[in-house]
Parts: sequence; C-alpha cells; structure tokens
Amino acid sequence: MSIVEKFVSMEYGPAPEDPREALTWLDRHERRFGHFINGAWQPPVAGGYFSTADPSTGEKLAAVAQGTAADIDAAVRAARAALGPWQALSGHARARHLYAIARLVQKHSRRLAVLETMDNGKPIRESRDIDIPLVARHFYHHAGWAQLLEQEFPGFVACGVVGQIIPWNFPLLMLAWKIAPALSTGNTVILKPAEFTPLTALAFAEICQEINLPRGVVNIVTGDGSTGEALVKHADVDKIAFTGSTEVGRAIRKATAQSHKKLSLELGGKSPFIIFEDSDLDSAVEGLVDGIWFNQGQVCCAGSRLLMQESIAEKLTAKVRDRMTTLRIGAPLDKAIDIGAIVARVQLERIERLVNQGVAEGAICWQPPTALPSRGLYYPPTLLTNVHPTSIVAQQEIFGPVLAAMTFRTPREAVEFANNTAYGLAASVWSESINVALHVAAQLKAGVVWVNSTNLFDASCGFGGYRESGYGREGGREGLFEYLEPAWFKHAPALKRAARRASKMPTPPCRPLTGR
Amino acid sequence: MAVEHIKRYGIAEGLNSRTAEPLASAADTAIAELSGRALQPNRGIPLNLDWIDAVRVNTSAVERRAQTLVARRTVKKDWQVAWLLRAISCMDLTTLSGDDTDERVRRLCAKARQPLQQELVKRLGIEELDLKVAAVCVYHAFVETALRALEGSGIRVAAVSTGFPAGLSPLAERVAEIRRSVEQEIDVVITRAHVFGGRWQALYDEVATFKNTCGPAHMKVILGTGDLLTLRNVARASFVAMMAGADFIKTSTGKEAVNATLPVGLVMTRAIREYAQETGMAVGFKPAGGLRTAKQSLEWLALMKEELGASWLRAELFRFGVSGMLADIERQLEYHATGRYSADYRHPIA
Repeated sequence: MSIVEKFVSMEYGPAPEDPREALTWLDRHERRFGHFINGAWQPPVAGGYFSTADPSTGEKLAAVAQGTAADIDAAVRAARAALGPWQALSGHARARHLYAIARLVQKHSRRLAVLETMDNGKPIRESRDIDIPLVARHFYHHAGWAQLLEQEFPGFVACGVVGQIIPWNFPLLMLAWKIAPALSTGNTVILKPAEFTPLTALAFAEICQEINLPRGVVNIVTGDGSTGEALVKHADVDKIAFTGSTEVGRAIRKATAQSHKKLSLELGGKSPFIIFEDSDLDSAVEGLVDGIWFNQGQVCCAGSRLLMQESIAEKLTAKVRDRMTTLRIGAPLDKAIDIGAIVARVQLERIERLVNQGVAEGAICWQPPTALPSRGLYYPPTLLTNVHPTSIVAQQEIFGPVLAAMTFRTPREAVEFANNTAYGLAASVWSESINVALHVAAQLKAGVVWVNSTNLFDASCGFGGYRESGYGREGGREGLFEYLEPAWFKHAPALKRAARRASKMPTPPCRPLTGR
Repeated sequence: MAVEHIKRYGIAEGLNSRTAEPLASAADTAIAELSGRALQPNRGIPLNLDWIDAVRVNTSAVERRAQTLVARRTVKKDWQVAWLLRAISCMDLTTLSGDDTDERVRRLCAKARQPLQQELVKRLGIEELDLKVAAVCVYHAFVETALRALEGSGIRVAAVSTGFPAGLSPLAERVAEIRRSVEQEIDVVITRAHVFGGRWQALYDEVATFKNTCGPAHMKVILGTGDLLTLRNVARASFVAMMAGADFIKTSTGKEAVNATLPVGLVMTRAIREYAQETGMAVGFKPAGGLRTAKQSLEWLALMKEELGASWLRAELFRFGVSGMLADIERQLEYHATGRYSADYRHPIA
C-alpha cells in the first residue's frame, strides 16, 4: 500500500509496541521461574511447573513453578524469620526501601507494561498509562506512610506475617495494592499471584533483589488455587488479604473463621452506572467506555449495569451503539487498540455462557460489526437491552465487556435498582444537577461512588466493598488499618492463648476475639 | 426571524456579485456521511431555544476524554506520512498580522502552492497528489493580492471579516465589510457579549445576517472560545451558529489568550455530530490558533476521525487555521524520507 493509498484511506495502520526488552528478560531467565523465597529463586519442592501463555496469540511465554504446601511453608518460615529485623528498622529506613521499589518500577515501566500486556492480554495503552504508573504511585504513597507510622498510628503494630492472594485482571497493580501497605506498616509478605498472570510478580521479585530488600520480607509463591489454599490454611500466617471472586472469598472466610487470622476481602461487583436525563450524555457515554470496556470489562468495579432515565434511554443507547463501533479490537501490544484479549479460555466461555443465558431470557444483544482477530481469545463489546432486574445478566457478575442496560423513572427508583444487588463495590452517577447527584450518591450502598466520572483510583483513596463485594479497604489511611493491630492485641493473655492453640490445633477452637 | 431582522437593517439585498462557485456543486448533494447516513450542506434551521437550553457539558469529563483520546490513538511510519500530508491538504495557511504587506502575502501564496520542496515530494513518491494547502487566510486588504497570486491553483482565498478579531464594530459596518471582502471563503467573528448575556436570538440573527450577506461563499463562524471560556457556552454558541447557517464553526481568532484546545475541539465536534444527527446537515470544523506541531495535527485528525468519522478528514469539512505548523510537518516528513531531522533553514519559508 503506497503513501498515496494511505492518504486516501486514512486508516490508522499498525502501531506495535516493541516487545524485545520483555522477551529478553524472559530469555535471561530461560523462560522458567521458581518461587522467590527468602530473597532467592527456589525450585518447587514437589509441584513441578506449569506454563503461562499470551492470550492474544496462545503462545507460551514461560514455565512457572507450581507451589505446594511445602513451598508455602518455606516461604512462611522465611517471612517469619525476616519479621523481627524488618520491624526493628525505623519507619524512615523502611520508607527508603519503598521509595527504591517505586523508582525501579518507574525505571522498568516499559518492560513491566509490555510483560503485563503479554501475560494478561490488556491493551498496552492501559498497562502503560494506568496500571504501571499507579503501581509506582502506590509505593511512593506508602513510603510516606512508613515515615509517618509512629506518629500517625500510636499504639498500633503490624499484623506480622501476611498471606496475600491476588487476581489476574490487574496483576502488578493488585500486587502493589497488597504489598505496599503491608511493607510500610512493618509486615512481611507471602504473595501468590494468579496462575494466569504470574510474570510481573516475578519481575517484581527481581526488583526486590535489585534494591536489596532484606531477605524474606517479600516472598512470591506461584501456583493455582491449591497453592492459595495452602497459604490460607498455614497456621503461622497472621493475616490473609484476598482479591478475587466472591466464591473463593467465601471459602477463605470459612477456612479462616476459626483461627486468629485477620482477613480482608475484595471481591466481585455488579456496579450500577446511573445516567440522569440532565447529564452530559456524550461524556456519560465516554464514562461507560471507561467503565465497562476498560480491561475488556474484567474489572471488579466495572460499571456493568447501566441504569438510564426513561426519557433519554433511546437517545443514549443510540449514542452508545455509535461509540461501540469506533472501539478498536485487536493485538493488545498495538498502541491504538481499545479492547484486547480475554485472559483465558475459561473466562471467555463464562462470558459467552452468561450472554447466551441472558439472550435466552429475552435480552436483545447488540455487538458492533467490527471483525475480531482470527486467533487469540477475544470477545466483542456487547450491549444488552431489554434487560430487567430479574435477568441473570443484571444479577450475576459477567466479568467481560458486556453492558446490561435498564431504565428507571425517578431518582428514588434509580437508587432502589442500584442497591438491588448482592454486591456493593462501586457506583457511578451522572447528572449536571449537584442536588440530584449528591442526593443519589449518598444513598448508594457501594464502597466508592463516582459522580460524573468512573474508575478513578488513587493510592490515597480507600477502595473496597459492601455486602458480597467483601470488606476491608485498600489505599489511604483506612487501608493501613488492614495491616495494623492495636498493640495490646499481641499481649492480651486470653488472645495469646487462643493464638497459640490456633496455631497448634488442626481445627482451631471457635473463640470470639474481643475488641474486633 | 432572521429575515425580519435583515429587513429591519435593510442589508439583505444586493449580495456581492463577485462570489465564487459554491463548494458543493448543488445544494441537495450529500457532502458527508455519519454512521451510514448521508448529510447535506447546512442550510440552517429556525432557532431552537429548547435545544440550546438542554445543552449540558461536564468540563472535567470532557477534559478527561480529550486527554485519553490522544493517548488511545497513534499513527506510525507510512501511515503517519499520509496523515501529515492530509493535514497539509486541510490547512488554511494564515497571516493576520498588523505588519502584513502585499509582498508578505505573495510569499505565503507561493508557499501555499508548493508546501513541500520538490525533492521531498519525489522522495516520498507523492507527485500524483499534487499537494497544496486548502486555502490562504488574510485580512480584507490583501484579498485581491492573494486572489491574483493563487490564480489557477485551486487554492481558495479566505478573508477574515466583521471587525476581526473583536467583532465589536457596528453591525451595518460589519455587514458592509463582508460585502466588500467576500470571495470564496470568509471567516466571521461573533459578538461574544451575546453569549455571555444569553441573547441567543441576537446571536442567531447576527450570524444569519452574515450568512445572507455571504451568499454562496463559504462562511466560517469564529466563536472566540478562549473568551467564552465555559465549555457549555462553547457548545451553545456552536449550536446557535449552526442553526443560523454556518458552513464551518471555528474555535478562535488566534488573538485570544487561549486558542484551539482539544477539550474545546471535542465539545464543538460533538455539537456538530448532534446537529448532523438531528438535522441531516453537515457543518465543518476549523481549529485555529496555537497549533504549531506535527504531533498536534495528528491529534486533531484523530479527534475528527473518532468523533465525526472519515468525512471530516477532508478540506471540505475540516481546516487547520495555522501559520507555523507546516514547518514542523516538513521536518517530520523529511525525517521519514531520509531518517534524519533537518534544520528548519533547509525548508523554504513563506
């Protein structure tokens, strides 16, 4: 195609990000990774290796160790041994480590972004402009808290050894949300990344080595659900922090219920996206793009339930459809792509199944005529109309680029529909009337409510849910309490006994811990 | 309403006879397409105050979209070359300074005829495009000069008019000014005070009067967005100008403190889109002022492609009001052709 032909067509053309740096890094590790325990790479004790692949091509990227109870035990012991010296450091000394991590994340940001995109399938624009900058921001922010800890939280101490399990939708960002507050408050960590997306966590482990983080402070054990289970059940873990599905969250809560383990859960959502008739509709449509077609809709706080005032429903859905046709779907490493690949086949099948179920129930499915790439795991942006609160697609979390649209008549009804869900993670309200917006926002049962915006995150702002979206907050001052305990907790005799018994007995006694 | 108004001022008769051919050969021919729908040139509609009243613009949401839009799209390699060439073909090469002279305008026209050196054209293999800018934009005093200098080139001459840049001389004089300078294209400025005062009828009448005086010449309505300041004002002024028959809406005179910004551009293109969807008529867009780099040209083209579609990537519906941007584009093109950036003195100036 000559320049003249391109002048006539005015297409975008390909704009691939260079993957060489990330591939070189994988090759340097011979495309095989052990666990990162006690500051060194350790081969799996018994579990062998599994492979992680690029969902946009199906190509295998690397072999990763499958963690078993033995690996977890080694990691917990390393974390326990590191705890004393790590806590003996002053807040300023711990802050120096966190600052160093933040700087190295920035230094390696391009490699990390490419690696994230290859492992997860998300567009490089998102990993480059959103994920990785927020990762650095979280470490900078919590470095500040490490310095201020003693004066801002007198009488509080770290939980101790923390087990953290993170999902595959924002692999490195979720790692940062977990590790940064844990380290800044003086905990040591065993983190298990999701089995589909372990690579950036392993790259992070290398950063810990590079800045000479004391051995055992951060341990990364890779593996599947069974690895996570071993971590949850390990007797010498003081706290579990989990982000993932409500189903697994429920199992974790059961497993930890009779122990001394502190727990925070960040689970699913079916977040309402409420558009009133007096809103800036074009901007609200862009909000939807950022809400449900961000990261292929694989976002726990995705605005997946569109609630629009009856008077504008027709006009708005027409605008949404027009906008959907300009979304570009394709190779995630292309810099001008809006929608990349779905993380794994099982997830793609789940999306397909739920949409089919919705359509069988009477939903009208609209997808833009955009062609999908011939290989790789892709699902087109989807708008479901003729959906009612009773529909399965209005009730269940789909975790895909699927928007379920419904109408409401009055602000009161909007609130009623918005809160008519088992979840309560996030909500977005669009109105140019400050009275309507604030009146409605205050009534929404959601951990975060955005007004005339969506999916805005910052390290200084707590994030978390109500109801089946979990409990505990991440980020901000409130997030630090998830990794702190009142100092007297550790010394109260009754608690000490309970904790001792809990760690010795296979089924810990059910004894209420006072003060929680 | 407009007709009455015009009658009152007695300025509708005797349109200038020197008008050029209209841009579209016949008024009922489609000039654009939006989401599969054919669009006609703008004939204007009666002022619809309900519509103006319903306009809502959320500033921070618009800013966010403008910020991410340019991060979502990029063109590389040969595609970038093609886009930069397209930017040149959509340029209104402009000189609007107090120290303009006939000679200065002739130099600009010479550059307009040959925006790229022949050597570069050959290297890029684009001889067949016969690339030129879309128009030359000057003060009234230089219209004759520009017309003569551009004779036979197909490049159009645009005059700024109606008390440019403030637009505050008496209406009769502004109308007379249009009559004096109207040729092929004319850039008129609105009375910003009408917007601040919410006097939409007065604004509508003013623009409609201008349009009547212009006859078939192409009228670009300058909103002075840097003065209007709120994005909602920009949107409302855009709608009124389109209802009154503007062929183009244009951001700024280039003389305000802030000129063409992407948020303003986004609001105006959305207004054009909504007007097209409601009326079936297409209005063009011209950002002007503060556009200097090749990168900016790509960003604005991407904005047009995303918000309005391919029809707005042509000079019929999109113009850059620029003076310095061409020089930066030349250097970028030279880089594509040779792999090296050249010093600016290696490119002939206007």
